[in-house]
Amino acid sequence: MFMKRHVLSMREFSREEIDSVLDLAASLEPYARGKKSDMMAGKILALLFFEPSTRTRMSFETAMKRLGGSVINLGPAEGSSISKGESLADTVRVIGGYADALVIRHPKEGSARLASQFSPVPVLNAGDGAGHHPTQTLLDLYTIKKESCLENLSIALVGDLKYGRTVHSLAYALSLFGADITLVSPPGLRMPDPIKTDLSSKGTCVRETCDLGEVVNNVDVLYMTRIQRERFPDPVEYNKVASSYRISPEFLAGAKKNLIIMHPLPRVDEISPLVDETAHARYFQQSFYGVPVRMALLKMLIGAGA
Amino acid sequence: MADILPKKDQNGQKERSSDEAKDEPKGLRVKPINNGTVIDHIAGGQALNVLKILGISGTTDATVSVVMNVESRKLGKKDIVKVEDRELFEEEVNRIALIAPAASINIIRDCKVIEKRTVDLPDEIVGVVRCQNPNCISNTLEPIKSRMLVKTKNPVLLRCLYCEQPLTDRIAEYLI
Repeated sequence: MFMKRHVLSMREFSREEIDSVLDLAASLEPYARGKKSDMMAGKILALLFFEPSTRTRMSFETAMKRLGGSVINLGPAEGSSISKGESLADTVRVIGGYADALVIRHPKEGSARLASQFSPVPVLNAGDGAGHHPTQTLLDLYTIKKESCLENLSIALVGDLKYGRTVHSLAYALSLFGADITLVSPPGLRMPDPIKTDLSSKGTCVRETCDLGEVVNNVDVLYMTRIQRERFPDPVEYNKVASSYRISPEFLAGAKKNLIIMHPLPRVDEISPLVDETAHARYFQQSFYGVPVRMALLKMLIGAGA
Repeated sequence: MADILPKKDQNGQKERSSDEAKDEPKGLRVKPINNGTVIDHIAGGQALNVLKILGISGTTDATVSVVMNVESRKLGKKDIVKVEDRELFEEEVNRIALIAPAASINIIRDCKVIEKRTVDLPDEIVGVVRCQNPNCISNTLEPIKSRMLVKTKNPVLLRCLYCEQPLTDRIAEYLI
């Protein structure tokens, strides 16, 4: 049963609530593929993106429009009241008066929760700094459920585990499903200790290594993330680290037959384009699944009977 | 309550909380107060942070006595704060548990201890401790106060309501 007014953090989701979102998303997939619907007719979704976004913004927009609703956009902050010094609290109070729900991405951690305290309508967090990105996590879980299996899963989270908000939320959610998690990252980009402690306290089996080759043949899911060049003051050091987390068809030669590879995208060169043609690649399906999952959340929050 | 009647010590001074009398080796460093609040059993060196939590700064009009690092059987070294003519509310003193979980509070009226209690952290601390995450929205000019959820009381574990970052040690450094 889903009783939420806002979607802010995966910490607030129970296993049952996640299941109900994923089940509804599955039933809405035909609409995400183009079947006509007027489920959201007359409803308006406001998109407040204070940071760049392609997939998240466009998939929310697609989800709303495919269900017959409309979308309004804050647009670039330079041309808005934000540039005049308006607080986020005032911005959401005003725009909350124009729309039925707000989607917000903001560089500061905790901004979506602040927005929820001032908004008269539901708030969906589309990324708050290095904090949470719960709709990404839900679409990741949906992908794993559809393309692999959420129960007794063995997964490797690879790349920038220190700053990557998607892996923090995903690791937490996977702990609700009893997954075995292997964290693969360079020493300087390890997952923060409080998150690892949190996972272990929930009984989750967490291992840590720098060597991707050590785990690639044993896992069901490889969840790749981008290592950002700007995290390394020394470009030589960046190249050394980035090249050790680059996967190719040859690298996958000994992998399980049913291994799936996911990535929140955009990728740079951590996955060779040659991998796209293998049976392991799922990152483009994953990106598409953002639409039915976001449809499900919108229907639960502002659809008829919500 | 055992401490209701004023007591006389060897110097003939009345009113001292029983713990204070037990702990102090000899004589009084600060004279007893007639009305107000005595906060005893503050961990040695934390008295100034206690004043900070209570919002008592150098510009206060209240008469405040601070004794630091006196011997204590319970704590080894302890601090004592006496605030005259001000009876602190339970909500105010409970925040002290953030840095002085063993503190005891004595409310003094007409030289008598009329109430004595220990401190107990509330479930949420508002506007007292700032989040240690510099990129947290609560550290900006938004019209909100910091809000810390108390996840465990012993040891104290706080979690920012906004960015969810935990704060365990060095809490005193983040007092507002």
